[in-house]
Amino acid sequence: MNNLAQSEVFSLTLVVGTYLASLALYKKTRICLLHPLITSIFVIILVLKAMDIEYESFQKGSHLIHFLLGPSVVALGYVLYEQIQYLKGNVVSILTSVFVGAIVGIISVIAIGELMGADAALVATLEPKSVTTPIAMGIAEKSGGIPSLTAVIVVAVGIFGSIVGPFVMKVLGIESRIAKGLALGASSHGVGTSVAIQIGAVEGALSGLAIGLMGIMTAILVPVISFIISLF
Amino acid sequence: MLIEAFYILFFYFTGEFISYFIDGFIPGSVIGMVLLFLALAFKVVKPNKVKKLSTLLTENMGLFFLPAGVGLMNSLGIISQYWVVIVTASVVSTILVIASVALVQQKLGKETDRNE
Repeated sequence: MNNLAQSEVFSLTLVVGTYLASLALYKKTRICLLHPLITSIFVIILVLKAMDIEYESFQKGSHLIHFLLGPSVVALGYVLYEQIQYLKGNVVSILTSVFVGAIVGIISVIAIGELMGADAALVATLEPKSVTTPIAMGIAEKSGGIPSLTAVIVVAVGIFGSIVGPFVMKVLGIESRIAKGLALGASSHGVGTSVAIQIGAVEGALSGLAIGLMGIMTAILVPVISFIISLF
Repeated sequence: MLIEAFYILFFYFTGEFISYFIDGFIPGSVIGMVLLFLALAFKVVKPNKVKKLSTLLTENMGLFFLPAGVGLMNSLGIISQYWVVIVTASVVSTILVIASVALVQQKLGKETDRNE
C-alpha cells in the first residue's frame, strides 16, 4: 500500500483527477476564491497529509506533469503569433507600457520589502508575482526565491488583479481597449486574460500578448535591476 | 501530433541550450517561446505545424504547475511568518502595475482603438 501511494500512477491520477474536479466546480459556481488552482492545491495537500506522504515523494511521482510546464511556455510563442495583427501601429506603445509595468512591478516589490524588512529570498519570491506561473517559477528559482511559494502568490495576484483591474482603470479614466487588455494581462497573466476576453476580443488578445511580454521583460529585468542595486 | 511535439521540444531544447550559455540569465522555456514566435512570424515554421499541441498545452497550463504549487506544503512556515509583507507587496504592486501599463498605453497608443 505504501509503495502504491508513492507510485507515479497514484500521483498522476491524483493531480489530473483533482484538477478536473476543481475545474468543474469553478465552472459551475464562478466563485473567484474557488479558482481551480487554489482548490486543487488545497485538496492535494490535504490528501497527502492524510495519507502521510512527503512532498518529495509526491514531487517525484508527478514529475511528468511538472515537465510539461516548459513546453507550455514555449507554446505561448504560438499564442503570441496569433495576436500579431494587433501589434501593427502600436508596437512601440505596447512595448513601452509593458516595460514600464515590469519595472514598476519589480521596484515596488523591492521597495515594500525593504520598508517592511523582508529578506532577500522573500523579495526574490515576490518579484515575478505578475508573470505567468511557469515563467515566474523559473525567474524565482534563478534569483534565489522559493518557486512553489511564487506559484501560489502568482495565482492569488492574478485573481486579485482581475477583480480590482476594471475598477482601477475606471477610476483612471482608461478607455483604450488595447490599454485595458495589456494592463489585465501584464498584472494578472492568464487569470486576467480570462476576464479580458469577457470584456471584448481585442482586450482578450492584447491581454494574451501582455502575458508573454511581461514574462520576457521581467525575466530580463530582475537580474538587471538587482545588478544595478548591488552597485550602490 | 507527434510532429507538433517534436517542433515544440526542438524549440524548448534550443532555448535551454542558449540559456545554458548565458548562465541561465533567462529561462530556456522563455527563450524557446521567443524563438517559436520569431520562426512563425518570419514564416520559417507554418502555424499549423504547432497549432493543435500549442492550443492544448496553453489551455491546460494550470494543470502543469500543480506539482510545484503543492510544494506550498513545505513553505507554510514562511507564509505564516511573512504574510503581512506578502499581502502588502502583492496588493500595492499589482495596483501600480495595472495603473502604469494602462496609463502609458493610453497616452502613447493610437487613439483609434477607443470604445466610443
